[in-house]
Amino acid sequence: MKRENTVDTVETAPLIGHGQTYGTITDKITADVLERKTPRGMLVGLAIAFVLTMVLFISIGWLMIKGVGIWGINIPVAWGFAIINLVWWIGIGHAGTLISAILLLLNQHWRNSINRFAEAMTLFAVGCAALFPLLHLGRPWVFYWIIPLPDTMALWPQFRSPLTWDVFAITTYFTVSFMFWFVGLVPDLATMRDTAKKKWMKIVYGVLAMGWRGSARHWHRYEMAYLLLAGLATPLVISVHSVISFDFSVSVLPGWHATIFPPYFVAGAIYSGFAMVLCLVIPVRKVYGLQDFVTDRHMDYMAKVMLATGLIVAYGYAMEAFFAWYSGNEFEKYMMFNRTQGPYGFIYWGLLLTNIAIPQLLWIGRIRKNMVWLFLISITINIGMWLERFVIVVTSLHRDFLPSSWDMYYPTIWDWATYIGTIGLFLCLMFLFIRLMPMISIFELRQLLPWRGK
Amino acid sequence: MKVVSRASIVAFLLVLALLVWVGSSIYRAGYTTGVGVPREQPIPFSHEHHVSGLGISCEYCHVSVTEASFAGIPPTYTCMTCHSQIWNTSPMLAAVRTSAATGKPLTWIRVHDLPDFTYFNHSIHVNKGVGCETCHGPVDRMPLTWRVNTLFMSWCLECHRAPEKFIRPREEVFTMNWKAAGTEEGKELVKKYGIAVQQLSDCSICHR
Repeated sequence: MKRENTVDTVETAPLIGHGQTYGTITDKITADVLERKTPRGMLVGLAIAFVLTMVLFISIGWLMIKGVGIWGINIPVAWGFAIINLVWWIGIGHAGTLISAILLLLNQHWRNSINRFAEAMTLFAVGCAALFPLLHLGRPWVFYWIIPLPDTMALWPQFRSPLTWDVFAITTYFTVSFMFWFVGLVPDLATMRDTAKKKWMKIVYGVLAMGWRGSARHWHRYEMAYLLLAGLATPLVISVHSVISFDFSVSVLPGWHATIFPPYFVAGAIYSGFAMVLCLVIPVRKVYGLQDFVTDRHMDYMAKVMLATGLIVAYGYAMEAFFAWYSGNEFEKYMMFNRTQGPYGFIYWGLLLTNIAIPQLLWIGRIRKNMVWLFLISITINIGMWLERFVIVVTSLHRDFLPSSWDMYYPTIWDWATYIGTIGLFLCLMFLFIRLMPMISIFELRQLLPWRGK
Repeated sequence: MKVVSRASIVAFLLVLALLVWVGSSIYRAGYTTGVGVPREQPIPFSHEHHVSGLGISCEYCHVSVTEASFAGIPPTYTCMTCHSQIWNTSPMLAAVRTSAATGKPLTWIRVHDLPDFTYFNHSIHVNKGVGCETCHGPVDRMPLTWRVNTLFMSWCLECHRAPEKFIRPREEVFTMNWKAAGTEEGKELVKKYGIAVQQLSDCSICHR
């Protein structure tokens, strides 16, 4: 009780506001969904996101009619935006799994305030990611050919291809993330059912709560299931982006064929994921007044995770340059020359600026506490990570071994429309999630109360 | 409650299995593939009558089968070699006579139509000992022609992966109701005809 009178620094600040009790937590989070009128800003945001989602649907429709020729891809750059965006979105998803699974196993209690939100972000990001390889197939309606089914063609997918591994990596990732998110939601859905006043709300949340009554046996099984799922999800944090990196590193192209790829991709994924969590949490926290639940200390922690993973990514870039020089291989050396001074050179320098130089500001404590700065840096990192994938995919492909096959890649309006459309879809789903579900885990937040001062 | 929840889990799996089963059954049914469904033609031409009854060889009408990718649909003149003399007033053959008089070919309804993305050549199959009936079935007993095989890729690959089970001596290619001596003979034929089984399941053999 004495603590309330002392001034908190970020390090000693409680993970949950001083005034909060079991009752106030439940009241605040359920009321945001059940009673509070949707803030005007949220409605405007949803409207914009919805329009962008329609842009996505239009571009998908046009793609179905005309084929992938509407994109800027051709030989030699056959991968283009679709793969850049796949890697970008999947990477963003990784923060959610790291927060929910690894931090749970490591007993990092501060995760309780942001895990629900981050997991939802993971799900939607993986959904957006999965769209791209499907659309890139050329004939998306026969997408099930990439799944090993006993079909009438008597053919299996090519199991030696990393693209086939992707199918397993992404579907497993989505399934486990969904299970994790939903299982974690069940006790809160029961709270929603019990708090809701309107009959239809009681029915909807009641069905979703799957008969949760909060008995000791329920809790016992819940804890077991949650721990098992965390155990399942933990290797996925590492494996999914490693498999994605194999898409590149298993090939022999200079700039792709590097042993550093899996760890460097995983670090990049967590880096961009935390940047996206911050991008979303900062405005939501302000609009909904959640400063007591997602405190400045949380922001500080996330900024530090970004700083650490950002440095790993910087090490990755350094190693790529080092390998190119140390290999003595003229194609590798040319790849590095082309990256820095070729026609796409400005993108490489932009990447170093946005992904490495600017985030160094996070060393400064005052910037980590300033939400505007933190928000801007997070946006910068998201842009930087997208540029990184552009550099990897396009600059390596557009100039390979034979100068006779060199060509430039220019994205078309449909490339941009599809990409921006998925951002719209992602935000749309995020807005709906915030409006319809308890965006912070009520019961896990209550568990934080005893740790408040620690 | 326990019983209900368990039953619903089992029921969910059963319904899922049922849907998969129904879906694949429809996909493989004659209704979809055309197997066993006689096709109506502009003239009710009977292979049974012409082959079993009169003993006309396949090659008499399908002339290019040993040399070209397409076996050949006979021109009306081929019909008229006989039908200018016999049944030359039959109302059933009125369309044939009109076609001969006007020079406008008969429009037969195709029974075996492979998708355009597959390359298929009759001559290589016939010359390497694949009998007509291996793919087209007992045509000599078909009053109207129907498909006996699905033309699924799995069906093509059945033979392309193990041709020794299906091929016969070249001399027997047009024989109907031929019985294989055994796979030993098939293996010898594969060797004798120089069939490179390894290559037969390459993508580019059929998808060029």
